[in-house]
Amino acid sequence: MLTIERALVDLIVAHARADHPDEACGVIAGPAGSDRPVRHIAMANAERSPTFYRFDSQEQLKVWREMDDRDEEPVVIYHSHTATEAYPSRTDVSYAAEPNAHYVLVSTRDADDVEFRSYRILDGEVTEEEVTVVDAYA
Amino acid sequence: MAIEVRIPTILRNLTDGAKAVEGKGGTLDELFADLDVRHPGLRARLVDDKGLRKFVNVYLNDEDVRFLGGLDTALSDGDNVTILPAVAGG
Repeated sequence: MLTIERALVDLIVAHARADHPDEACGVIAGPAGSDRPVRHIAMANAERSPTFYRFDSQEQLKVWREMDDRDEEPVVIYHSHTATEAYPSRTDVSYAAEPNAHYVLVSTRDADDVEFRSYRILDGEVTEEEVTVVDAYA
Repeated sequence: MAIEVRIPTILRNLTDGAKAVEGKGGTLDELFADLDVRHPGLRARLVDDKGLRKFVNVYLNDEDVRFLGGLDTALSDGDNVTILPAVAGG
């Protein structure tokens, strides 16, 4: 299960809306081992594409270093689908390489309604999980 | 002196959990061959028959090696190499 603060959900959705019709992507970092997403980092989509995303390699190194220095890890890795369901595509599954991350997908295909879903992706296997949105962590 | 190589979470099953390992080599290709002796299987996760795997990022002293010489990038003692899985999808 993913438990996440409403303010972070709002930031992810706003980022996805802002970059539509291109895919948006980013990270929510949190203390290592806590499973608690805390710090939102919007990443550039180096592909600038409506059907593909890739973190810019230089920006990724900087952000991963920073997380290392702060004893954080990528608790959530998110990206948007702009014309299809918020479900991991075949490429999403084949490139998923952070075994501890919650992979969040947002769909912006509907301008009025947003789909926000979370998955674990491990060894090519996708498992959808429940998302609990809270006002603040207990 | 040797070259320090930082290993991402997903490959630490090949390094007994170590976050960083040491190796040697005059080029990145030689370094990976050297690492593979002590950490069998590591090289295959980084390189295929066409060269550096597309969805692996390798950095030499914070520079993406794709913008240097790829697998032919020259290394010196004391260099730092960082490996990160690219974050990508459709």
